[in-house]
Order: sequence, then C-alpha cells, then structure tokens
Amino acid sequence: MSLRILKPGLLSTLQDRGRFGLQHLGVAPGGPMDRVALALANALVGNGAEEAALEITLIGPEILFEKDALVALCGAELEARSGGAAFPRDRPVLVRAGTRLSAGRARRGSRAYLAVAGGFACDPVLGSRSTCLPARFGGLEGRALRAGDLLALAPEAPAQAAERFARLAAQVRVIDGLESVRWSAPSLTLPEGEDIVAHAMEGRHFAQFEAASRRAFFESQWRVAPDSNRMGFRLMGATLARGKAAEILSEPTCLGTVQVPAGGAPIVLMADHQTTGGYPRIAEVAGADVPCLAQLAPGARLRFARCSLEEARALGRALRARLDAALRAIAWRYGYEEH
Amino acid sequence: MNGALQSAANVLRQHAPDWLTGVVPALAGIALHFDADHAGLPADPLEACARLLEEALAAAHKAPPAPRLVEVPVCYDPQFALDIVEVATATGVAPEDVARLHAATEHRVLMVGFAPGQPYIGGLDARLRLPRRATPRTRVVAGSVAIANDQTAVYPFEIAGGWSVIGRTPLAVFDPRREPPNLLEAGDRVRFVPVSRSEYERLK
Repeated sequence: MSLRILKPGLLSTLQDRGRFGLQHLGVAPGGPMDRVALALANALVGNGAEEAALEITLIGPEILFEKDALVALCGAELEARSGGAAFPRDRPVLVRAGTRLSAGRARRGSRAYLAVAGGFACDPVLGSRSTCLPARFGGLEGRALRAGDLLALAPEAPAQAAERFARLAAQVRVIDGLESVRWSAPSLTLPEGEDIVAHAMEGRHFAQFEAASRRAFFESQWRVAPDSNRMGFRLMGATLARGKAAEILSEPTCLGTVQVPAGGAPIVLMADHQTTGGYPRIAEVAGADVPCLAQLAPGARLRFARCSLEEARALGRALRARLDAALRAIAWRYGYEEH
Repeated sequence: MNGALQSAANVLRQHAPDWLTGVVPALAGIALHFDADHAGLPADPLEACARLLEEALAAAHKAPPAPRLVEVPVCYDPQFALDIVEVATATGVAPEDVARLHAATEHRVLMVGFAPGQPYIGGLDARLRLPRRATPRTRVVAGSVAIANDQTAVYPFEIAGGWSVIGRTPLAVFDPRREPPNLLEAGDRVRFVPVSRSEYERLK
C-alpha cells in the first residue's frame, strides 16, 4: 500500500506537528510551515492532529496511488490535476488504485499539504515524523522526496479510507471519475491579495536600531527573497542599521523571531530555525501570522504592523477559534460526535 | 550566571507543566517556550513562567548539580587540523603545543544551540584565543573541532563555519537514533583527549 512518487516536485517533505521539547539540544520543533493547513488536511481525511502529511512547496509532485486512498489537499492553491480533471481541493477525495495526481504549480500561496487517511508508515525519530532537513533525519530518511520513492501508508489505511468515506456517502459527488464531496473546508491562511500584513512585536533589541531603521521596519514594504527556505525567510527592502551597540551573546530564538545580521537585511526564523542566535532581534512575528507568512512565495510583498503582546495573543485566540470552528464542521460532516 | 541558568533549566524541565514545551538556556539568557493553544495555559503565561523560573533558580541554588565529565577524543593530525599552522603562526605557539594546550585544560559546555547537538564550549587557554577567520569556510566536515575567541565548537554536521579547525573527533556529536542524541549537554565538563590517526579510525 503505497504512493509512488513519479516526480518529486520542488521540495516535498513529510511533516507532522513537530518535535517539541528538544530545543535545549539544538533541535528546533520543525514541523509544518503552515500548521493550520496541516490541521485542516488531517481533519478532512479523519486523521488525528498528530498524523504526518506531505508538505508540498511551490511545485508539486506527481504521484501514482497504487491502492485506493482517501486524501485531502489543503493550503496553497495548486494547479492540481488528475487524468484530465482538476483535482478538488480542501475536501476529502477518494482516489482509486491507479490514479495519478499531478499536483502542479502553486497559483496562490506556496505550501500545500496532502494528507492520507490512516497516515504514512514512517517511524518517529525523537518523537516526531517531521523531516528535519538541516540535520537530515526524520520523515523519509531525513530528506525531500525523490523520483522513484515509495511512500508506504499505515497498514490499516485502506480499511480506514473505506470506512471513513462510507460515512460521507450521502454527500458524495463524482466528477471526472474523482469521488469527492460537495462541501469544502475554508482556507484560513492563504493571502487574499498583495501586501499581506504580518503583525509583529518589538524585539529585544528594537530600541538599539537607528530611528530610521525602526521606522523602516514597520512602515516600508518588504519582499521575500529567493534564498528563503524552511529555516528562514530573508527579506529584501530597507537596510536596517543598529549603530554602535555592543556585541550580542547568543540567545535562544523562536519561530517568528526577526534577526538582523550585519548586512542589514532581516531574516524571519521559520519552522527549521536555528535554536539560538547572536544577531540582534528587531521584532517577533505574532504566532498567529506565521502560517500566513509561510504561504508567501519568493518575491511576494509584505508589511509589518506593530502589535503588543496582548494583541498578538488575541490574534492567536481568534485564529484558534476559526480553526476550531472549521474542524468542528468537518467532524460534523463525518458524523463524529467529538473529534 | 551561565551555570545557574543551566541548573535551573534542568530543574524546570523535570517539573515542567504540560503547557511548557521547551526550556532553553543559552550563554547568558534562557527561553521558556509555551504552547499558546494549550487548554491548561495560565491566564498570564509570562507571569507564570517568571515564577517557575524563580522557583527553579532557587531550587538549583540550594542543591547545585554535579556536572558530568565527558572525555572527547580528538585527533589533532594536520590532515584534520586544517588551520592549526595558521593558529600557531598567529598566536606564536608551536603547532604541537596548540594541541597540547587545547587538551590540557578542562572545558565547560556553555550552550548547545544553533544546529542540533552543536556545543559551544568555554575554557580555551588564553594563549590560543583568536578572532574568527576573516573568510569562513563554506564546508567544515562533521566532527571538526574548531576554536574562536575563548570557545571551542564541535561541528555535528557538515556546515559552513568561520572558526579555526584544529582537529576532529571520531564520535558522533549528534545522532538522532542514540539515547540521548547529544554527545554534550549544556553544563558538561569536557576534556579533549588527543588520539592518534589510527586510534581515530578505530573509534570511528
């Protein structure tokens, strides 16, 4: 029971929620760049929140399903096709053995998640199935997918696919041979238009930056640089200067920390970030806005809006509430009392 | 301060509430990471974290831990010690004495961070202290033992690095399938034990 990878796409990795509690060993939590999209994808196929899914980056893989599987594609809007038909997104799809999915390029957003009912057969390493690319462990041999890879599904996956899809029987519609449902989950993290706004709190060294740099950070437009990756997003725009301040001793970092190396171009730390850093920190992006930020492709524009810790927490609660509502709606469709 | 934070971090990690997802001591600071979505998160998490940290600092002060001593074999053979001649020239210490001085003192792990398992080790003999290299190497082999300023680093993976490489250890600095995965943890006492090329190969 497996998925055969015909083409790997640009960067496709297995990711679950992440590897927590090991930052003192230098291991960042990793996990999905967009945790909201991963949560939706898992819920849409009836998986628990801890299951791993395939994180697809900008250009998706081409996959041959060797057995029936219940799958969901969430997050970035891909030009996904199967046979001659567009592949439905944000909803459960029953794919029959022999189906080819060509995930295609991202039209909107940059990271999509393919979850499969029952999950992938992949042993956790240090408590997680997430691929840690910098240290090459976890997921599939610690690396991105390659052509010819076979991604095995959990042994109980086919039975679970059938049982779960049967629960949706009354809602099923068939289009171009693909069995899916009439409803879909909302995408909560895709940028609506240009210039997304990421809320950020002043960082520990904010006051040490020159006045013009402090203004530029919050008032100017930034672009995601081409050499951005799962470790960090490099931003192009103003050059930020700190003046003649003392050297900084390495300090712990966090998802969303904005560091400014000597060159003056800020870096937002993302999922596979380093656990400590000696660069000054001009800001900390609100956790609620990190998944939206993760959906920006190289070249995309953004601005930062100043927020307080309280506002950041309120944004977090609001996002959590929207996600919980979406998860409840999905569970209701499945007829699960509580998910 | 560095030692106090490490001890407090160990105490805190043993008694961490569910919502606390990480306790990370660094050179002169500490981070408490928490799960903002956790149902059990206190109404004021910052205040709760500050109180937990204060309690842990007090507990660690009362019963200071006895850090373990880890012996790290290092082959200072010129084939591994890419920068040892440069270090010797810049410091005025003979190349064979660079290795001798490095292995003579007891060092201490100040922090593990940046990359999985990467230790920052203090206690370098004052005669070996040099700034980072002007041009970083784009590729430093895993296991490389390198010095800069008053510290020693041991590279867990092949990465870029600006420190002067003076030897290589045959041991895995980080192995996710080993328990514990890290060769060194913050607070460990460290002795570098010189080994020959053949011993290096035997230990590898």
